[in-house]
Amino acid sequence: MYPSRFKYESPKSVEEAIALLDAAKGDAKILAGGQSLVPMLKLRFAFPEQLVDINNIPGLNHITFDADGTLHIGALVRHEQLEFSKEIAAKQPTIAAAAPLVADPIVRTRGTFVGSVCHADPQGDWAATMIALGGHLVVQGPKGKRTIEMKDFVLGPYANALNYNEIAIEAVIPAPKGVARGGYLKLERRVGDFATASVAVALDMDGNRVLRAGMALAGVGGKTIDANEEASYLVGKDLTEANINQVADLVAAKAEPKTDHRGSSEYKRQIVRTFVKRILLAQSTQKAA
Amino acid sequence: MSSLFEEVQTQPNADIPVRRVTINVNGEDRSANIEPRLLLADLLRQGLKLTGTHKGCDTTSCGACTVLFDGRPIKSCTMLAVQADGHEVQTVEGLATPSELHPIQEGFKQEHGLQCGFCTPGMMLAAKALLERNPNPTEDDVRWGLSGNLCRCTGYQNIVKAVLWAADKMRAESI
Repeated sequence: MYPSRFKYESPKSVEEAIALLDAAKGDAKILAGGQSLVPMLKLRFAFPEQLVDINNIPGLNHITFDADGTLHIGALVRHEQLEFSKEIAAKQPTIAAAAPLVADPIVRTRGTFVGSVCHADPQGDWAATMIALGGHLVVQGPKGKRTIEMKDFVLGPYANALNYNEIAIEAVIPAPKGVARGGYLKLERRVGDFATASVAVALDMDGNRVLRAGMALAGVGGKTIDANEEASYLVGKDLTEANINQVADLVAAKAEPKTDHRGSSEYKRQIVRTFVKRILLAQSTQKAA
Repeated sequence: MSSLFEEVQTQPNADIPVRRVTINVNGEDRSANIEPRLLLADLLRQGLKLTGTHKGCDTTSCGACTVLFDGRPIKSCTMLAVQADGHEVQTVEGLATPSELHPIQEGFKQEHGLQCGFCTPGMMLAAKALLERNPNPTEDDVRWGLSGNLCRCTGYQNIVKAVLWAADKMRAESI
């Protein structure tokens, strides 16, 4: 299978890339890891006139924590860098739990976190993770930088809020209040399959008390499901079994699963309920009797 | 004119973008003029005639086209050849020396790690990357590390054994 013919540019700076995108007036696509874009080009679901390959731009490959705990993930950080980062494992449990579940080990060497978020696949692991963590994207265009909250970033399946002449240069996860806890669980029929259901949970905790709670779901709706409002039930409460059961029911009710070859809608909703409980029970210092 | 028909060269089409790339393949610099839409798997197979890299699904699923790109495994059907300009690519042809098999190849031979052999090149390069990162893997580590590569013959059992065999041998050699 061959992509349709395109012009290829590989700029050496973000400014140069933006100038190319601006001149193409919407007929160019940004190429980062390419693990979604190249298959789409080959299937000719996408047929841009120009590809702007950002892989040769220096300064986009950072995973850094500020002194206050704010996390920055550059546009060229590959999934496996997050999977194998000791700092992520120690400080950001939701991302650490999701990273080994993205696609398969070989795709993870190449695909990028920010590219996956921009791709806005309703099944995407990172979009759900970003929503649960309350993250935002820093995007740069001809007029400079701006910030887009993750909840405003995804407009629909495969559609994001970037202008044609803007590049998402990094993802930012705000510093936790208290201790960052959380997890990510995904049910898939086999490695690399689309998720039957996925649950992202991000908590800021003080002992067993929840200070902030974020949750999001993938695979159980036409888009990533933002369940942060339901998750906020936990704020100010302890992670007791009763509270965990209550929030699991609230979040499961928020899912919009469709019956298909991966399972019935009831089954998928039950998976969401079970995953929320499993992740929360693992965070609770007050173990179930 | 020596026959009734002779095809003549028309003007090259200026609309077709062409790029000159130089890629280090198995330790040797190779240069070519390519269209940017050429996939790395096809540059290797059709351009350089290195047909050890197999194309199975052509949809980023099977891993038969796995090669090492600057030492890390990638699916070469899902990378543009132009992106490899200035980089190092290792294919299965680069594993053995003329006189000696690579321990991973030896492992596949010893443990009967292949039947039809179609997935084998990708499996071996994924295994090489896995053992470089984790020289002493458990069976579970190997299964997890090879989960991006599909095999339709063996049920994976002997492939896993082959990689564990190679890991033992490589550890013994490095002492």
